[in-house]
Amino acid sequence: MNIVVLGATSGIAQAIATKLAQEGHHLILAGRRMDELEAMSNDLRIRNQVDVYPAHFDALAMDTHEAFVSSCLERFSTLDGVVLAYGYMGDQKESETDMDIVKRTIDTNYTSCVSILNRFASYFEQQKSGFICALSSVAGDRGRQSNYTYGSSKGALSLYLQGLRNRLSSAGVTVLTVKPGFVDTKMTYGQEGMFLVAKPEKVANDIYKAIRSRKSVLYTPFFWRWIMMIIRLIPESIFKKMKL
Amino acid sequence: MIKPVKTKLAGWGNYPVEEGFLFRPDNGRDVLEILQSGLQNNYIAFGMGRSYGDTPLNKQSGVLLTTQLNRILSFDETTGVLECEAGVTFEDIINVFLPRGYFLPVTPGTKYVTLGGAIANDVHGKNHHLDGCVSSFILDFKLMLASGEIIDCSREHNADIFWATVGGIGLTGIIVSARIRLEKVESAYYDVLYEKAPNIERALELFAESDDKYKFSVAWIDCLARGNSLGKSVLMRGNYASAASLRSGTEPLKLKNGPKLAIPFDFPSFALNNLSIKSFNTLYYGVNKNVRKTVYFDSFFYPLDSIYKWNRMYGKKGFVQYQAVFPPEGKEGLIQMLERLSSSNRSSFLAVLKTSGEQNPGLLSFPKKGYTLALDIPIKDESLFTFLHELDELVIRYGGRVYLAKDSELLPEHFAEMYPRLKEFRAIKDRIDPNHIFSSSMARRLGIVEE
Ligand SMILES: Cc1cc2nc3c(=O)[nH]c(=O)nc-3n(C[C@H](O)[C@H](O)[C@H](O)COP(=O)(O)OP(=O)(O)OC[C@H]3O[C@@H](n4cnc5c(N)ncnc54)[C@H](O)[C@@H]3O)c2cc1C
Repeated sequence: MNIVVLGATSGIAQAIATKLAQEGHHLILAGRRMDELEAMSNDLRIRNQVDVYPAHFDALAMDTHEAFVSSCLERFSTLDGVVLAYGYMGDQKESETDMDIVKRTIDTNYTSCVSILNRFASYFEQQKSGFICALSSVAGDRGRQSNYTYGSSKGALSLYLQGLRNRLSSAGVTVLTVKPGFVDTKMTYGQEGMFLVAKPEKVANDIYKAIRSRKSVLYTPFFWRWIMMIIRLIPESIFKKMKL
Repeated sequence: MIKPVKTKLAGWGNYPVEEGFLFRPDNGRDVLEILQSGLQNNYIAFGMGRSYGDTPLNKQSGVLLTTQLNRILSFDETTGVLECEAGVTFEDIINVFLPRGYFLPVTPGTKYVTLGGAIANDVHGKNHHLDGCVSSFILDFKLMLASGEIIDCSREHNADIFWATVGGIGLTGIIVSARIRLEKVESAYYDVLYEKAPNIERALELFAESDDKYKFSVAWIDCLARGNSLGKSVLMRGNYASAASLRSGTEPLKLKNGPKLAIPFDFPSFALNNLSIKSFNTLYYGVNKNVRKTVYFDSFFYPLDSIYKWNRMYGKKGFVQYQAVFPPEGKEGLIQMLERLSSSNRSSFLAVLKTSGEQNPGLLSFPKKGYTLALDIPIKDESLFTFLHELDELVIRYGGRVYLAKDSELLPEHFAEMYPRLKEFRAIKDRIDPNHIFSSSMARRLGIVEE
């Protein structure tokens, strides 16, 4: 398969790209840091003897998205899937007074995703095959005071993906919403208060399996489904008084 | 943004165990950020931690885990020149390139080492007598200095820094990436002759007779044997097996993924005593007849790797590995060492003897022409260290030296005698790292860097 990975330098995306290349798929690794993307592409190409290309992609430059999708189609004449793995988590406290941070959060985690995925969606819909896999977050399942700006943007993304899934199912195109818990990447390493931290390879394996089995929503590791179910079930009258 | 985790660290011998601040950079940019963060006074790189003692440790200071810096940057199918980041492991290199007909030109007795760690200790293998250390095959590397500047080092370019870094136990800077020339092979197998030698004299004779005929050679010694049997050993000497020589049906370059056993916890220290070692050795010598066998690379080079955490067999107190090299004229020293070991009943599970070739220009590189003996000694109590200091004196008396990759006990004055080019090393270090941003527990213990 020919697969585009958006935001390929993030810790989880690297693990996903590694897994995809190991399984023999050809990749376009897209993001802003070209030196990193080139190094990653070389590494995956040499190790796995598959085609891997770096490509420049800026989520927030939405007027370039159309051209980006065309350039992917020039690279590979057909595409089989896209993995959206970028995101932005600004400081919650700052976002309460700084609208720039809020906009950047919403635009990165929601608006830009709609912009780019709409285009891939149309392509796959016409082709009548393909998959879309996007990394949302458990933070989008319920708003909490500690990060509701980020959470609400991811919540919106989850809802968008749900709608997209509904639209594309008749065309045989799958849409997978991934909600990872804490993953052992640069973002969590050395951070306090992290529990049940999962290895990125494990998360990538779960995601790969979920794509293959055409799953709709994946909590990874699985127990986050139960954790979030409990958190969602707490009545609002109690929840609003909790320091979460 | 980048934070360390305060954690207890140890080398492969589980001695000493020290607390340090472990950073885990993802790329060169992160390394730079850490070095310039001012979070710790000094730093040392930590690869796979397969050095036995305190080489990659830095008590209460910064330790940089390099295993995430593990990308393959380029590979030339025709020349076999591989360029990769320093955290790529030998296991990785084998898995990717052996199926394509390339193998490591030099490998230590475990494949769980990083390329950076291999360069920083200038590791040697069973082919040292012919091919020298790993540095013989390193074309060049990129080194991040304390200033954050990245420089190219080779035999032509910054040659003095090249030879200070090779064997320089991480004290010149962080090796970011390196180019190594892999060796073309037809198969993943070796033709090996197993031969028993009744004593040390005979073992050395056999080595001398055959050193040019066998690319790889090594002997396992029974350290408890005494008298006329002193140095009783099994020699293993071999060459690459050609594809044509393999049994039909064997795919010459195919990797076999054998099951890996892991030792899940530290053995109680009584488990490994003279009796169990004696029975192991007896068994071992009993099993091996003088035979020629075709063996898979894994069991030829890495017999211990099949038991993943075998170091735990030595119990919580850990063990030391002692490896010394004696020049040819210091053969008597080697014999005396064996005598002291067998008479003191300091059991060694494993003792490995081999001949080594000429010394290279690495300022702190270990091997030099002669014989090297390596042994594991479980730590039971402090008296061991007195005993080892006596061995150090013996080694010095016969013109030998001890390998830093295995060391955790050398005294600074002994070290300085063994490594006469230390002064040159210090001068280069002072020039490129004037504030001693790179330091380690070993560097301070040996007086390379002041406390
Ligand atoms: C079972 C076994 C068998 C062995 N057999 C042999 C043998 O036959 N021959 C032999 O020579 N050795 C042998 N060794 C020792 C081993 O090869 C060396 O200790 C090797 O250097 C370990 O590599 P590492 O990646 O684990 O490095 P570590 O032990 O983690 O570090 C070793 C040194 O390298 C430095 N270092 C690591 N990465 C970098 C970097 N990127 N830049 C700068 N410095 C760096 C560290 O600071 C430290 O000084 C053996 C070890 C074991 C456990």
